[in-house]
Amino acid sequence: MTTLPNVPTTKDVHRLDRVVIRFAGDSGDGMQLTGDRFTSQTAILGNDLSTLPNFPAEIRAPQGTVHGVSSFQLHFADHEVLTPGDSPDVLVAMNPAALKANLRDLPRGATIIADSDEFSKRNLGKVGYASNPLEDGTLESYHLHALPLTSITVDALADHDLSRKDKERAKNMFTLGLLSWLYSRPLQGTEDFLTAKFAKKPDVLAANLTALHAGHAFGETTEDFAVSFEVPAADMRSGEYRNITGNTALAYGLVAAAQRSGLPLVLGAYPITPASDILHTLSGLKRFGVTTIQAEDEIAGIGAALGASFGGALGVTSTSGPGVALKSETIGLAVSLELPLVIVDVQRGGPSTGLPTKTEQADLLQAMYGRNGEAPVPIVAPRWPSDCFDAALEAVRIATTYRTPVFLLSDGYLANGSEPWAIPDVDALPDLRVDLATGPNGVDGDGNPVFQPYLRDPETLARPWAVPGTPGLEHRIGGIEKADITGNISYDPDNHDLMTRLRQAKVDGVVATIDDLEVDDPTGTAEVLVLGWGSTYGPISAGVRFARRSGLKVAQAHLRHLNPFPDNTGDVLRRYKRVIVPEMNMGQLTQLLRARYLVDVRAHTQVRGLPFTATDLADVIRNAVHELHGAGPATIPANPTQQAEQTQQSPESNEQESTR
Amino acid sequence: MSIDLGLPVVVDPSTAGRPGGLHGVPAVPEGSDPLTKKDFTSDQEVRWCPGCGDYAVLAAVQSFLPDLGLRRENIAFISGIGCSSRFPYYLDTYGMHSIHGRAPAIATGLVTARPDLSVWVVTGDGDALSIGGNHLIHAMRRNVNMTILLFNNRIYGLTKGQYSPTSEVGKVTKSSPAGSVDAPFNPISLALGAEATFVARTMDSNRKHLMEVLRAAAEHRGTAMVEIYQNCPIFNDGAFQLLKDRGEAATRMAHLEDGQPVRVGSDRVVVRTELGSVAVVPEAEADPESIVVHHVDTEDPSQAFALSRLDAVDQDVVPMGIFRSVSRPTYDDGVRAQIAEAEDLAGGPADDDALGALLRGKDSWTIG
Repeated sequence: MTTLPNVPTTKDVHRLDRVVIRFAGDSGDGMQLTGDRFTSQTAILGNDLSTLPNFPAEIRAPQGTVHGVSSFQLHFADHEVLTPGDSPDVLVAMNPAALKANLRDLPRGATIIADSDEFSKRNLGKVGYASNPLEDGTLESYHLHALPLTSITVDALADHDLSRKDKERAKNMFTLGLLSWLYSRPLQGTEDFLTAKFAKKPDVLAANLTALHAGHAFGETTEDFAVSFEVPAADMRSGEYRNITGNTALAYGLVAAAQRSGLPLVLGAYPITPASDILHTLSGLKRFGVTTIQAEDEIAGIGAALGASFGGALGVTSTSGPGVALKSETIGLAVSLELPLVIVDVQRGGPSTGLPTKTEQADLLQAMYGRNGEAPVPIVAPRWPSDCFDAALEAVRIATTYRTPVFLLSDGYLANGSEPWAIPDVDALPDLRVDLATGPNGVDGDGNPVFQPYLRDPETLARPWAVPGTPGLEHRIGGIEKADITGNISYDPDNHDLMTRLRQAKVDGVVATIDDLEVDDPTGTAEVLVLGWGSTYGPISAGVRFARRSGLKVAQAHLRHLNPFPDNTGDVLRRYKRVIVPEMNMGQLTQLLRARYLVDVRAHTQVRGLPFTATDLADVIRNAVHELHGAGPATIPANPTQQAEQTQQSPESNEQESTR
Repeated sequence: MSIDLGLPVVVDPSTAGRPGGLHGVPAVPEGSDPLTKKDFTSDQEVRWCPGCGDYAVLAAVQSFLPDLGLRRENIAFISGIGCSSRFPYYLDTYGMHSIHGRAPAIATGLVTARPDLSVWVVTGDGDALSIGGNHLIHAMRRNVNMTILLFNNRIYGLTKGQYSPTSEVGKVTKSSPAGSVDAPFNPISLALGAEATFVARTMDSNRKHLMEVLRAAAEHRGTAMVEIYQNCPIFNDGAFQLLKDRGEAATRMAHLEDGQPVRVGSDRVVVRTELGSVAVVPEAEADPESIVVHHVDTEDPSQAFALSRLDAVDQDVVPMGIFRSVSRPTYDDGVRAQIAEAEDLAGGPADDDALGALLRGKDSWTIG
């Protein structure tokens, strides 16, 4: 293997504090891989970062079309990074479709690096460009680098015995090499990665390495780039880090929870986007005693998980919204059986098939209420990709402590997004050991010891978990209402009323073991609170930071537990004159909060399949602050929903509407 | 890409030498009192309709279970929804009365997680073949180590008398007042088509035959599917009357016995036809060379399938007994073997160090 000597560049190096790069190309151009590699190189340099892959549901959409464009955005900085960035500073466009699909997100003055070879008449025609935007002045307010990336790559590979098509395929590595030079990223990690990936294909390996190095050398020698840049390492807490996506973190969290609980992990799942990577990851962890059952359908997936739980394992099922709809009846059975079970819902755009590869938070009410009968289920939601690890441990803790199914609500943004993660110390992970029932827990009328499967722990209201194979505890459970204590079939009206209230009280009682809602209110005098849940944490935090920087007072809080809510939630809501809840749905958390606490919480909603941008949320905050002080909105509200709700709910905003 | 698994079947040495289906399931300790029917009878009052065929099956199962010599706590019955699915409540073993059609899926998880259990699924013609059809065929395809008792009364009983997926065309019920136009399944043909490794049929009223078939099913490693003809005295009374009348049954039943020619009554035999199917002819007219000799362990299911097609609506010919009993690796053994192999390769079950290494991955860096 030839390794590029670490020669200092001869050009000027400018220092930046943050950069947002978006790699965009055809779904077959390898943009996700390019982005992943650049991310890895960046992580090793010690920058904080956040990523946002965005790809079509079609595996190979027709080449060169706008709906076939796949992109990968990376935000890296010398300070804490909260989001993948609102808008790119640099767009890499591998073809006209990639330019067309992404140009509207690009602020004036941004840099565009385009593969001019791909801007043929035919390709321009495919996306409706009448003339070539690289030449017709369309892009004059951008820093445009129109480079024949394909042909330079092919030329660089002249000595390689590969077809022209195979040579062209290495253009993503050429591009990666170029960008690595431009932002002073080391190539070593990618060299190692390619060497491992193509160990059995030496020709392909050699071509990719040559292309990578050629791209780097091109940056150094071409006059197209006068300077290169560096982004110094962020001031991060000391420790050992790795980069991790939400789905990987979630799978590892489940494995860690299984090990800390002493229970074997059994995942029952059916493939579904964007949750399948959890199944893939766990399937490769047999060494940890993990059983994965790829079931015949979603229903069988959760059925197998529940059967395993009955057998004393840690039963988990992973899916997305449509799969949850199919699993609902079994979740209800688990509520009735009072067995531990974790249901992972990696939310995506709905309804129905919806937007399989895009993110949304619209399954909250499904998780909360989507079952027949009174069937309460605790809900936990992670707030950033690596938080999926801790949230998985928490979901397992609740499930095993309270003998209940628990929802773990991730989403597509967390699932595929990645960030540096301070690797936790295994010894510091929570102790999740479980006490299984070992002997009789009561006496019958004649004083003989008996096992009472629905005799509850007075503190948690959990019933005993008696697994088959334990002598003397043979018992039957089922979905028919059971008598309190004995668990025998009961149709008694008073018993059903009691059991319904007991199941609810048990779930409500989880509140005793969760932390209060923490509020970040540096001045202590804010009148506006922004409250979020799940993956909106990054954009909300960044928006709050922007708003504070412009002198506004705003408080922020974020819910990890959606059912039950932390004990102080009502107090927190009532403390502020205005509470705004940004959600990637039509206001589901807002509904729950309003119903429960009778507080005039306002939703700010967006269902675009993409996360909020920090600037949008900063605007929302600014409007809310100004509205309270009668100054009127500083800018027009970001979307019609918000406007509609304001006119419905608030007489003041009605006046403002009419004066605007 | 596919790879040759070459997985060894995991056999617990302490139970080796016992029939395959019971491998790994702990036996009643030597020297202790053998269990009796009473030990398997729960304290719950049985609530089927008077005259229901389920009573006979329950009594047979309670009487037969002690013969397996297993510990009671290592037996689990999982059922779906329907009259027969109340079964687990009446047995003093571990049990779960689950939801409609899903018992095979739930049992798959239980069996895979627990090799030390004898797991039984109790289901009916609606539960298994209609709402739960998908789980049934996939359990059989995978060959999960469980015994499925499919009570077939050719009617929906618990919902009070609608036609089922085994009701005959033209069946008049509450939901088919003009006669059902729904073509029925033949459960035996379905099971054979779904690659089941053990397929049998028996009847509620024939206690001796029932117990023989159940024993063979329990001892089979893999999915054993047993169809039990069962009378519903309320909504489909007499569905199998011809087979209960001793005289009629003697002329109609084809008892499948391993290694024996297949006979129907005393004067008819089953012969191979040129089409590859089988037919019933008077013994006097049959070419002795063409008379079908039944072998339960024939790998190729074609002949077993042909025999299953002898069923006729008028019950002129009804094959009874074990259609097929062949050996094939089970799903759950395979899953456990892969885990055991991965753990062995890594030097034993994962400890905290192994978990730490997993979390660190191969691309970590240190700050400070």
